[in-house]
Amino acid sequence: MHELQVTERILDIVLRHAQTNGANRIISIQLKIGELSDLENEWVQKYFDHLSKDTIAKNAKLKIERIPVVMKCDDCEHSFEINIKEIKDIQCPECAHKQCTLISGREYYIKDMEVI
Amino acid sequence: MEEVRLIEVKEAIMSDNDAVARSLKDRLSKEKTFLINLMSSPGAGKTSLILKTLESLQNELRIGVIEADIDSMVDAEKVAAHGAAAVQLRTGGFCHLDASMVEKGLDSMDLGELDLIIIENVGNLVCPAEFDTGAIKNVMILSVPEGDDKPLKYPLMFSVCDVLLVNKMDYLHLSDFNVEAMRERVFNLNRKIEIFEVSSKTGEGIEAWTHWLKGEAASFIG
Repeated sequence: MHELQVTERILDIVLRHAQTNGANRIISIQLKIGELSDLENEWVQKYFDHLSKDTIAKNAKLKIERIPVVMKCDDCEHSFEINIKEIKDIQCPECAHKQCTLISGREYYIKDMEVI
Repeated sequence: MEEVRLIEVKEAIMSDNDAVARSLKDRLSKEKTFLINLMSSPGAGKTSLILKTLESLQNELRIGVIEADIDSMVDAEKVAAHGAAAVQLRTGGFCHLDASMVEKGLDSMDLGELDLIIIENVGNLVCPAEFDTGAIKNVMILSVPEGDDKPLKYPLMFSVCDVLLVNKMDYLHLSDFNVEAMRERVFNLNRKIEIFEVSSKTGEGIEAWTHWLKGEAASFIG
C-alpha cells in the first residue's frame, strides 16, 4: 500500500548513484525485497514509470528478486526456508523444536543497476 | 553504441528513514523521553487504550501523545482533556508514519517536560510495520473481534512488535477466538514479544500493561 513512498526512495537512490558514476541512462535496476513485504511488483513498476518519466531512469525495468523467509531453530541452529502461507505451523524440520528466529525475509535493498 | 555497465548500488531502500529513526532514538535518550509506537487495525481500540493508559499513569509520568490516525475523532482533544500534551499530525491520507513525520511531531513538543510519548499510528496492520518511527518500543493491539488468525495474515507486524495487547477481552465469551492458538501463532513469529490480555472497557489487564510500560520507561529514562 505504500508503494509510492518506497518507489520515490528507490528513484532518489538510483539517480544519485547514476550521477556519481556519470551514467547517461538507467536501463534496469535490480532490487532485493523480502517475502514478508507486501509490496506488489506491478504497482512498484507503475509508480516508478510515473515518477521517473522526466529523468534518466525513464523506461528503466525494475527486476525484483524476492528473498525467502528463513528461520533459524533456537535449539539446533538449523536454518530453513518457510512459505509465508504456511506460517501457521513453524517447527524445525531437523529437531521439531518450535521456537525459531526470523533471520531473513524483511529485506529492502537495491543491489545494482545497468546503465549506459 | 554505448556499452551497458553494471553499477553496484548496495543500498537499503529505507536507509534514509532508518538514519532519521536512529537520530530520533539518540535524541530521546539524551532528552530522557520514552517513545512508544502504537499500531493496530482501524477500530481495534487505540484511542480508548491510550485514554486508559493516561488515566492509569497520569499522576506518575508526564505523558504526551502524537496522533496520526486519519479517521481519529478529535482524538487530540480527547487526549488533552486527560491532561496530556497532544499533537495532531496531518498525515494527508498516508497509510503509515515514517521517522520524519514523527520528528515533526517531536519538534512541536517540549521533550524536557515529558517522560513518555505515545504515537497513535495510522490504523493499518501492513504499512506501519515497514517503517521505523524512531520509537524505543513498538506496541500493537489485536482486538478479539478481529480473530485469532491475524498473525497468519500480517506476520510482519507481529514480528516487529515488542508488545501485543489483546484488547476487548470482554468479548471473548461471545466469540470463537482461541487465545492459546493465537499465542502460539504469535510466539512462532516472535518469541520475545510480551502479550497482555486487556479490556479498555472493563479495565481488565490494564494494570499489568501500565506496570510494564512504567518499568520500561523508568529503565530508559534512568
